[in-house]
Formats: sequence, structure tokens, C-alpha cells
Amino acid sequence: MNSIKKLLGILWITLALFTAYFSVFELALPKISTGHQEDVVFGIIILCILTPIISIGLGLFGYYSLLGEYDQNKM
Amino acid sequence: MGTLIEWYDFFIFGSLSIVISTKFFPAENPTAAFLSTLATFAAGFVVRPFGALFFGRLGDIIGRKYTFMVTLMLMGGATFLIGCIPSYESIGFWAPLLVLILRLLQGLALGGEYGGAATYVAEHAPIGQRGYWTSWIQTTATFGLFISLVVILLTKSLLTESQFDIWGWRVPFLLSLVMVYVSYLIRKKMKESPEFSKAKAEGKTSTNPLKESFGNRYNLKFVLLALFGAAMGQGVVWYTGQFYSMSFMKTVMHLQSDQADTILGIALLLGTPFFVVFGWLSDKIGRKWIMLGGMLLAVLTYRPIYESMYQLSNAEHKVKLNETVESPTVTEKTEIKSVVKTQYDDGTEITRAKTIHQSGKLKGQQTVTTTVHIANWNYICLILLIFIQVIYITMVYGPIAAFLVELFPVKIRYTSMSLPYHVGNGIFGGLLPAVSTYLTTNAEVAQTPQFYLAGLWYPIIIAIVCFIIGSIYINNKSTPTNHE
Repeated sequence: MNSIKKLLGILWITLALFTAYFSVFELALPKISTGHQEDVVFGIIILCILTPIISIGLGLFGYYSLLGEYDQNKM
Repeated sequence: MGTLIEWYDFFIFGSLSIVISTKFFPAENPTAAFLSTLATFAAGFVVRPFGALFFGRLGDIIGRKYTFMVTLMLMGGATFLIGCIPSYESIGFWAPLLVLILRLLQGLALGGEYGGAATYVAEHAPIGQRGYWTSWIQTTATFGLFISLVVILLTKSLLTESQFDIWGWRVPFLLSLVMVYVSYLIRKKMKESPEFSKAKAEGKTSTNPLKESFGNRYNLKFVLLALFGAAMGQGVVWYTGQFYSMSFMKTVMHLQSDQADTILGIALLLGTPFFVVFGWLSDKIGRKWIMLGGMLLAVLTYRPIYESMYQLSNAEHKVKLNETVESPTVTEKTEIKSVVKTQYDDGTEITRAKTIHQSGKLKGQQTVTTTVHIANWNYICLILLIFIQVIYITMVYGPIAAFLVELFPVKIRYTSMSLPYHVGNGIFGGLLPAVSTYLTTNAEVAQTPQFYLAGLWYPIIIAIVCFIIGSIYINNKSTPTNHE
């Protein structure tokens, strides 16, 4: 199980990068570029709050996983 | 009681958002409309985690009891004052600004309340019964929404439409003061948590809970695990069942607003006892698989459930019985061209009103409004479909307070558990309506068949990721905690 957790760490880091790209270029920027007030606020929230939490948080989770921080003997 | 009132206070704003927007945020004024958007997004998502950090820190330094007394007063005071603010017509720009400020205070208070209440109850719970005891706290979020719907429906039924529009909408806000006072009297007599008192007496409390919670790798990894392995999935399942379902009934199925509220209210009432059932069960078999089971069921069944909901109001497969056309009515601002009522064999009644606008932004344009009223078996089916979603909520939400409490040591518990909860619930869950609407609109523009189900991809994907992380990384322990 410890090896699976470490391997999955790479997946979480990749997923963090993918969600960062998707959130910024597919969700936030198109919303901001519409110019509609509600869309702009929504886009800014995606860009400044949701994206950092998902990409940095999930990336860090993956990194710790890769380092073996979630191994059975460390939990 | 206090947590229930806090949720009631928080939901009353959302439930009355249409009236509030007409009184404080007129769409013709761009600044007011901007403040309205901020009030909607900021209080629900952005401010709650800050409240969790601010009050969590206080709770870990000063104590649980005094901190959640402050959050209660803050929430009650802010809600009461929203009910007192003169409308935009009376004081202009100050009205939306004051509402925004008070709404932000509500968000801050809610961010601080939940962690304190859950920690306080968990620290009073007998050994092996944390799940059962804290599950009562878990009922408050759903029951708070239920109470807010009941108070609004009751106020509406006791007043005429015009009375409710002029002053009646303020009643649910003003009532909050009475509720908060009762809750204050109850809380005042309560003693500080025994585990915190013991830690304080032994000098083992934290001097810098924020640093110890998030600056320490050992603890931070549990914060991340709590967020990505439990709270994130819980947040989207909770919001889908309680809010997306309501929005789906009103905007996609075009159900009458009061009927949609009643259906949701009945389903919430029937489902609420299951918070306690699953909380109790988590003490016996562990928290992990109950929470993850709820997420998995949600992932597998959301699309068939929402497809069934949609078909209940879809006229394509119904047999038309009769159609009546009402004579046109002229109002001050609009002229209703025609109202057509169609009745179907299963008791469904669909009203289509064509309106030509004589003033405002839509002047000269024609809009068509569809309102559906379902009856008989369809009504029961819809309650059942919402009830199933409430059961998923009770599975993921019932045991989660005990689960979060047990992940962290006493000295930083309030801070450490509050943040992942409010990020998971407030941000991942809170953004669900906006993200789902965006996905649905895109699918509709692309003329995707079943475009009305596209919004479900957001909760489904988040819940799948959370399920995988939770099932692999979380230990299935009920008690004791990792630190005991």
C-alpha cells in the first residue's frame, strides 16, 4: 500500500497541474474576458482562490505522498 | 441550538435573495449589482475560511466556549441588522454597502462557529460515542435550511403578498434576535470543554495555533488529507443535495417556487434523523466507509436521479387533457399578452405566460415564462428522489465532525479542523452552483443532448477524486485519535 501511495503522488501532482491549466485557461480567463460583472467576479474567484487551493494544495498532497509522509508507519 | 440558529441566519439571506435584490441591489444600478455579486460570492466562499482561521486561533488560545459565544452574537447581530436596514430607495448606495458588510460578518461568524461547536461537543462526548454526539451538530446545517424555509413560508402565508413585499420579508431576519438570545442563555450556563480545560491547566495549549497547524509538516499533511480525502467530497455532495437540487427544480424543471421549497423541506425533514443514525453507526464500524460510501453512491446515481427528476416535469411524454387561455392582463410595467394553462393526464399543470415589456432593459421585448405544478405520484416521486440525495448528505456529513476532530490534537484542534471543513464546504461546495451553471450553459450552447445533466460533472469528478484519496489514504478508525 505504501508503494501505491507513493506512485499516486505523481498522479496528484499531474492532476494539480492539469486542474491549474483547466481552471485558468478554460474557466477563469474566458469568464473574465466576457466583461459581465458577475462573470468577472466569478472568474477572479476561480483564478485567485479555487485554482491556488486545488493546484498548490493537491500538488503538496502529492509531494508529501511521493515522499512517503502518508506511509502506514508515519500515520 | 446555537449552531442551528447560525445556519438559519446564514440561509435566510439566500432563501430571500430575490426580495433582498429588489430592496437593496437594484439591477439598474451597476454598483449595487456589483455589491450584490460580492455579497453572494464573498460571504459564502471567501470569508468563511478566514473566519475559520481567525476564530479557530482564538478558540485554541482562549477556549471553545467563549469563542463560539462571540460567533453566535456576531451572527445574530448581523442578521438582525440586515432586517433593519432601510431600502435602496431610502438611503441609496449605503443600503447595499451595509448589507454587504453584514453579510461578510455572517460569513466570518459561520466560519468560526462550526469548528467550535463540533470540537466542544466532541470533547464532551463519552469514549466511543463521538460520532453519535457530534452528529447532532451535523443535523443543524440541514435543519437550519429547513427552519428558514418554514419561517419564510409561514410569514408568507400569514401576510398578503403586498405586506410581505413591503415589510414582511424583514420578519425572518428580526426573529433571529429572539432565537439568538435564547441560545445565548443556554450557552452561558455551559462549562468549558473538559479536554481543553485540562490542557490549559497543564499549560499544554498552543501559543501560535496557526503556525503549529499549517507550518508543521506532520500536521499539515493531515489538514491536506482531511480536505482532499473527505471535506472536498462532502462539500459537493452536500451542496448538490441541498442547493443544486433546489435550483434544478426551479430553473430546469420550472417548478413553482413554493412547491419546490415544500418538496425540499419535506425531504430534508424526513432525511435529517439519518445524520444521527450514520453518526452512531460510525462509532460502531468506523467513519471512513460510511462517508466514502455516500460519495460513491452519489457518483454512481446522480445522473439517473436528475434524469428522472427532469422527466417528471417534461411534457413531451405526457398526455394533454385540456388547455385554457386566460384573458390578457395589463400591469404598470408590463403587459401580459397571454397566459396558457395546460393540464395533463398525470395531474401536471404547465402555465406559459408570454409577456411584452413596456419599460426597463427589456422594453419592447417578449419573454416567455414557464411554471410547472406537479401532482399525485410525480410529487411523491420527486420527494423520494430528493430524499435519496439527502441520505447521501447524511452519510458523508453525519460522521465528518467526529472524523475531523479525531485527526488533530486538542491544542490546535479548533484551527486545524475548521479550515479544511470550510474550504471543502464553502469553496468546493459553495462554487458548485456557479460552476455547474457554467457547464450547463456551455452544454446547452453546444446543443448537447441531456445538457441539463452537464452541471453534475463538477460534483461527480470532485467526489470521485475524493473517494479515491479517502479510500487509499484514510485509516478506518473511529476512536481514539491519531494523537491519543
